[in-house]
Amino acid sequence: MLTVSVQKRLGDFHLRATFASAGGVTALFGPSGAGKTSIVNMIAGLVRPDEGRIVLGETVLFDTAARIDVPAHRRHIGYVFQEGRLFPHFSVARNLDYGRWMNGLPFDAAAQQRVVRLLDIAPLLDRRPGKLSGGERQRVAIGRALLVQPQLLLLDEPLASLDSARKAEILPYLERLRDETGVPMVYVSHQADEARRLATAVVLIETGAVTAVGGVELLG
Amino acid sequence: MLDLSPEEWTAVSLSLWVSVWATVASLPFGIAIAYLLARKDFWGKALLDGLVHLPLVLPPVVTGYLLLLTFGRRAPVGAFLADHFGIVFAFRWTGAVLSCGIMAFPLMVRAIRLSIEAVDRRLEDAAATLGANAIWVFLSVTLPLALPGVIAGAVLGFARALGEFGATITFVSNIPGETQTISAAIYTLTQVPGGDTAALRLVVVAVVISLAALIVSEWFARRAGARAHGG
Repeated sequence: MLTVSVQKRLGDFHLRATFASAGGVTALFGPSGAGKTSIVNMIAGLVRPDEGRIVLGETVLFDTAARIDVPAHRRHIGYVFQEGRLFPHFSVARNLDYGRWMNGLPFDAAAQQRVVRLLDIAPLLDRRPGKLSGGERQRVAIGRALLVQPQLLLLDEPLASLDSARKAEILPYLERLRDETGVPMVYVSHQADEARRLATAVVLIETGAVTAVGGVELLG
Repeated sequence: MLDLSPEEWTAVSLSLWVSVWATVASLPFGIAIAYLLARKDFWGKALLDGLVHLPLVLPPVVTGYLLLLTFGRRAPVGAFLADHFGIVFAFRWTGAVLSCGIMAFPLMVRAIRLSIEAVDRRLEDAAATLGANAIWVFLSVTLPLALPGVIAGAVLGFARALGEFGATITFVSNIPGETQTISAAIYTLTQVPGGDTAALRLVVVAVVISLAALIVSEWFARRAGARAHGG
């Protein structure tokens, strides 16, 4: 269970969002510039709200009243960025292993095998991110985020930088992710068709505010 | 032509020795300060930036004299270091290392700062979400990606240290075998009758070393660009 209630002023833009997610895939849906990315950055701990409270499961991640602000590296939240953000100086295998390395976890061959198979990235392991296609890069980025064994997975328009053929290539993997891993996800999108395919709950966002919360029927 | 006399060899090897030490000793401070200036906002940042650049704009003689006033045998810091740690800078090669390091520092910090600023901060954010604290983000992402620029900065600093004259001769004088670097030796040779050919030999050596340093630095700068694009 994720509950978010945050406020932040960014120049003239006033962001205020309150919603809860009970698991599954919660789509944050709205036009570009509505503040969706800022909201997931706040959940991840990369952007600090002016005021509010963010709770994930039993853990309070952020609470201005209680002066709690868990730093990003201790939140155990996986984040798949729009542009992948793979480390260019590491191979795909080392990118995947980065989270385990940073968290000091023992090497878990089975977990890695599962993720590698789920995303079909075995042939890419020895390559450099610079030599991957856009779709391959996003699959590796998803795998890297999954391998930290996150309590929550944030996906910020992971298909936005891809053409329609590549989108069609990635979408089935995201569905498998939803159906096979059971990790709750927050999925940012401004594409109704892709949100309709993946989401189990929808939060509509416009100019920095939540306008509706409900099921996929909100997407029309 | 390049048949150097033993005295000239001494000046060349002392120059290289002093410059290498000046570079190695100032590099950790250079990286730390470049990182602070590139990535952090803090009270007094403009002051620190100004202090770092001071040796670039001050007349070198002034820097050398300030070093003498601070690290001389009877100066407060110099006396303290000599009494408690046995470290003496005045009229020693160690003093040449200090003055060369300080004169080279602004150039080194500038190059490293630029290369750190060129590292995509979004990669640092990604590392944080994967569980890396600030130190590990720096060691595993920022530093490796900025590394070619760091090496370029070090080479630039080395070349600057090699050419140091004003501050060094003011601070530690011009003692053959102890503080007489190539620049100081050339200066001495031009002051005595018949020293022209010897001076010219050292000039050739200085040109060759400086050019080599520049080429190495250029090569690393180019690699930095290729690496940032995932090559």
